[in-house]
Amino acid sequence: MEWTLLFQLVLNGLVVGALYGVVAMSFVLIYKASQVVNFAQGEFLLVGAWACWWLLTNWQLPFWAGFLLTLAFMTVFGVLLQIIVLRPLIGEPVISVIMATVGLSIFFQALVKWMFGVFAQPFPPIFSVERVSLLGLEVQSVYVASLGVSAFIMLGFWWFFTYSKHGLAMRATAFDQQVAQSLGVSVPRVFAMSWAISAVVSAVAGVVVGVVNGVSSALSFYGIKVFPAVIVGGLDSIVGAVLGGLIVGVLENVAQYVDAQWLNWGNMYQIAPFYALILILLIKPYGLFGTRNIERV
Amino acid sequence: MTSMTPAGDFRSSYRADTTIFPTRGSRFAMLAGLALLCAAPLVFGRYELGLLIAIGYSAIAALGLNILVGFTGQISIGHAAFFGFGAFASALLVEWHVPVPLAIWGAGIMTALVGLVFGAPAARLKGLYLAIATLAAQFILEDFFARARWFSGGVAGRVTEPYELFGFRFDREETYFYIVLAHVVVLFVAAANLMRTRDGRALVAVRDHYLSAEMMGINLAYYRTLSFGIASFYAGVGGALYAHYLLFVSVEAFNILYSIQFLAMIIIGGLGSVMGSLMGAAFMVLLPEIVQSGADLLAGGAIDRVLRLGASISFLREMAIGAAIILFLIFEPDGLVHRWKMIKAYWKLYPFSH
Repeated sequence: MEWTLLFQLVLNGLVVGALYGVVAMSFVLIYKASQVVNFAQGEFLLVGAWACWWLLTNWQLPFWAGFLLTLAFMTVFGVLLQIIVLRPLIGEPVISVIMATVGLSIFFQALVKWMFGVFAQPFPPIFSVERVSLLGLEVQSVYVASLGVSAFIMLGFWWFFTYSKHGLAMRATAFDQQVAQSLGVSVPRVFAMSWAISAVVSAVAGVVVGVVNGVSSALSFYGIKVFPAVIVGGLDSIVGAVLGGLIVGVLENVAQYVDAQWLNWGNMYQIAPFYALILILLIKPYGLFGTRNIERV
Repeated sequence: MTSMTPAGDFRSSYRADTTIFPTRGSRFAMLAGLALLCAAPLVFGRYELGLLIAIGYSAIAALGLNILVGFTGQISIGHAAFFGFGAFASALLVEWHVPVPLAIWGAGIMTALVGLVFGAPAARLKGLYLAIATLAAQFILEDFFARARWFSGGVAGRVTEPYELFGFRFDREETYFYIVLAHVVVLFVAAANLMRTRDGRALVAVRDHYLSAEMMGINLAYYRTLSFGIASFYAGVGGALYAHYLLFVSVEAFNILYSIQFLAMIIIGGLGSVMGSLMGAAFMVLLPEIVQSGADLLAGGAIDRVLRLGASISFLREMAIGAAIILFLIFEPDGLVHRWKMIKAYWKLYPFSH
């Protein structure tokens, strides 16, 4: 056993897991507000990261300007998606809504491949110092920044949903649409807003991953990793989503370690979360922390 | 879904209500269509026949998915993995000296067993949780294909034998077409008949309102699992037909995009419609051809140079798939089969179509 390696892997897992948590959180946000299961969550990361990359390399903008422009673009993008694609599908069966987001997912994946090519592109360097020392371990400063960004977003979410008027309106809508409507909450606006926030937050995660690993189609896989995270954490709990993301992040790194040391099955990094997912669903069909629906006729 | 029966046309017996062909004309049209298809190898070239074969095996797999999604109301985002399992299983059986005609059905049964394994947890899951579980099945099976060299030949893929019956080899498009056609007819008639039995009605009841269905004495877990088994059987047979057409099976083909294509087929064709599965499969197989010919039309022009159409044709195809799914869901959620019925009703009732 190499303890330093294992420790390093767990740390990596926490960093990546925090990002999963952020993406899972924005997935849960859409689900809670509008009951839509968004299979195109990963494409938000993809589109956001490519947009930022394009602004930075093609227009030579400074990072802060490109980043802010990206966020503005993603706000419009999220709202437009909701209005054009998801709004006509309100009231359709779950399968149709799921399929619409699946359709969006392949459409945008192919679109960015068409526009930007299939190869990973590095971001221009943003940090002057490459590595910092943390608890006796050499950590890339990007990782520290990404942990910071994740924590900041999570805190922001907490503040938004506890204190701000819009956040409270969204929670009311998630609780009961009709009651919220009768209290003067504009439900269509809440739907659009939830998509906008989700798109923006995912894009931030996308830019962070892009800065760390370069921008490529692999980003959209974060959207798929969200599912184990939310199944672990429960679909309707934002705190659960964060926890689930961290657990999945650590799990895949540890699984890779176990695999490399003893099993040699290969590819456990990608697959282990899905085994965990199936196991959890076998035992608890509504996820670990999900609320069980009591159904009445 | 609204019924398209005109006013005054009442069925007076259960037999008349559950018949596959409501009129003599529709039965005749079906037989005439089959006869025309049998003449296809005389008219079409090898490329067009290849497309027809692709429509055939895709339609079989899509029909299986439609039984699961359209009739039972479950969802599966891992259908291509089962399709691939059938392809590999058939190739494996052939290597164990099972004759190809038997291997195709054997592969179907093996795939059905695997489907039952994944279907058992699915019996407790619904909607979104099921979608996620089948997504996991897709990745797990794909990983298994890449790793299990004894089964799939690993990353290198697996070579297999052409279809052979009574010493006659069906290894050309002109001949293999008839094999696929025969399987399509058998499996489509079987599915249409399944929907007229107690089991078929039970599946539809589970879809429409599973709580009421359970109260009427329908065993939910049994029928959900059964539906998974049937869907996997169809996927397996479709995959086996694919394997013995291409004579080479490799892991990369059965990715999530292919699973989504199967879902697109049944949505575009029409959920809960046997004929819709065929229409949807035809649409999805021909869609890339349409995109290709569209790009060819623009080739060399200014648009082509700016947008790099020729070099990125595969992305354009993927985009077309995504766009087709979204557009159909928004503008024609009942699928092509509904549109077809509307057209028929229009001519039948003309000029009093309202």
